[in-house]
Amino acid sequence: MQRFILSKKNQITLISAILIIIAFASKLGFENTNIFIWSLAIASLLGVLPIAIQAYQALKVKVVSIDVLVTIAVVGAFLIKNFEEAAIVTFLFLFGAYLEQRTLNKTRSAIKELTELAPESALKQMGNGEFEEVEVDEVDIGDILLVRTGAKVPVDGTVLTGEGHINEASITGEAIPVGKKKGSQVYAGTILENGTIQIVADRVGEDTTFGKIIELVEEAQDSKSEAERFIDRFSKYYTPAVLVLAIIVWIFSQNIELAITILVLGCPGALVIGVPVSNVAGIGNGARHGVLLKGSEVIHDFSKVDSIVFDKTGTLTIGNPKVADKEIYAENQHEVLGYLASVEKESDHPLAKAVVEYIGDTKLYTVENTDVVKGGGIVAHVDGHRVAVGNVFLMEQENVHLNEKARADIAKFEENGNSLVLTAIDGELKALMGIRDQIRLGVKEDLQKLKKLGVKNLVVLSGDNQGTVDLVARELGLTEAHGHMLPEDKSAYIGKLQAKGQIVAFVGDGVNDSPSLALAQIGIAMGSGTDVAIETSDVVLMNSDFSRLPHALGLTKATANNMLQNIIIAVGVVLVLLASVFFSEWMNMSIGMLVHEASILVVILNGMRLLRYKLR
Amino acid sequence: MQKATIQLETLTCPSCIQKIENAVKSLEGVDKESLSVLFNSSKAKFNFDDKKISIKDIEDAITALGYEVKKSQVKAL
Repeated sequence: MQRFILSKKNQITLISAILIIIAFASKLGFENTNIFIWSLAIASLLGVLPIAIQAYQALKVKVVSIDVLVTIAVVGAFLIKNFEEAAIVTFLFLFGAYLEQRTLNKTRSAIKELTELAPESALKQMGNGEFEEVEVDEVDIGDILLVRTGAKVPVDGTVLTGEGHINEASITGEAIPVGKKKGSQVYAGTILENGTIQIVADRVGEDTTFGKIIELVEEAQDSKSEAERFIDRFSKYYTPAVLVLAIIVWIFSQNIELAITILVLGCPGALVIGVPVSNVAGIGNGARHGVLLKGSEVIHDFSKVDSIVFDKTGTLTIGNPKVADKEIYAENQHEVLGYLASVEKESDHPLAKAVVEYIGDTKLYTVENTDVVKGGGIVAHVDGHRVAVGNVFLMEQENVHLNEKARADIAKFEENGNSLVLTAIDGELKALMGIRDQIRLGVKEDLQKLKKLGVKNLVVLSGDNQGTVDLVARELGLTEAHGHMLPEDKSAYIGKLQAKGQIVAFVGDGVNDSPSLALAQIGIAMGSGTDVAIETSDVVLMNSDFSRLPHALGLTKATANNMLQNIIIAVGVVLVLLASVFFSEWMNMSIGMLVHEASILVVILNGMRLLRYKLR
Repeated sequence: MQKATIQLETLTCPSCIQKIENAVKSLEGVDKESLSVLFNSSKAKFNFDDKKISIKDIEDAITALGYEVKKSQVKAL
């Protein structure tokens, strides 16, 4: 019975609306007070049913909810035979709840769209070798699955057989399909645009990259800031306090009308709902634009950032450096290049890769006793020679003499914005290579936008030489540039800025900068949906798209503002209502309920504006 | 211990959260510390001891409050 009434809430709302219209029509049109009173009485009795049931259930679990306040108020109005107020208040309360549900669904729609991308079924190979459709929950690691053209990849896995192109937009934000063949990694939630593949499941459910993204966004939309936790605690005591206040007023003034009006006016609706609504709409907007924000605390901090520190390689630049200049100081070029390539093959440093790529096919030697000098380079034994490959610092350490020509070349290379790779064989400089990385397209404009949004300091930190870093800084209009930085130097530098009272965001690729990402108030990872980036940072820019950074900052500012507006609206409305009940003539229960419900809708609609936010 | 995630109908009033929290917390066998009722995603997440209480009983307790349970997922911890 209870459940039946609750499930028919919308119909009840409609019926009481009709009854109220009948009542007023009969009073104004035919001056029939009998019908007027009866219609209103029925409307209020019918309308209060679902509210009273909810109130009863709340009291059963020891919660004084808004339903409790409204039920007492309506029953009170009914007893003093004020049917008009009773009917209108119940109707407004029910109708308000209906509108709230509709509009709230809208604010949550962006995140819902994302979670609905999750695959639901899979074609799994059964014992008899046939593929059968099963729910995605039933897929275990090691299962073999068939993915047909147009279908979603159900889990993270490796291609066993077949070929095809996959649209990975749901993971990376990149819409251009990626070719996959035997041995390729495929990700849950991505779509096979053509071809047919069989995959073996490596990670399933929440452990897949897509599952992690969804979990992150879901947690984020419900994560609470300190202010929200305070409001929550406050409202736990606030509602019972309103009840107590009403009782006290009633005892002292013997005015039931006043007491029940206080009950209605004191409902805390807009206050508790205002901040979560802004939060979910802001995070939803971000998710749609390839910006993952981890909750309202992050939004709050990020909106106040005044210094942004960038890692250079892979962030401001494309991260695919190439050899641009070279100088060989030896007769036997082939031998030098062969030694160099052999040593660099040992390393996965981006500069080493560039060198190997540049040299191409050559005779390779056996490399022994490889020693990686942190922040310097590599020293190894090749073909009976001691070969040192690295920067100037390493050469000094190895006591390599740099003659005048070499020093002039080094200065020239650095001026051109190169990173240097020097090669010394048995303590003598044999080769100098200058490696350059290209600046990402549009970065300059994006940095201008950040400045316009109020960021005062734009700093670049890099392990490269000062010349390279200065060149990038000049070209991009950065405020500070520091080279020769090891990962620990970077985090120390961030600590220094923080000590000066600056609020710092660090933007890096999330792989080798985790100390800095963790230390900065806001760690921003330029990730292509990699797990590390998702876990260590506060904000993830999907598909390493730098242009999303200004949007992210603008969005958090707009969202933080929106939350503040909602708090002001909510608190303001309650104060005005309470003041007017004591100091004005016009306030009554119905107007109170109307204003109260309207304020809830206003904060929801205000929050919804964030879904359409775009950086101008 | 089992870990459960219950997808509820869309929650619209924050006092619903309190109601569901109190109702589920009061059940024997539910780990009170682990319980979180998420407003925006309309989910209840908690750990429970399946020797003391079944997921069905917990679902019933929530439905009795007037909230529809759409889907529930249970995983062994």
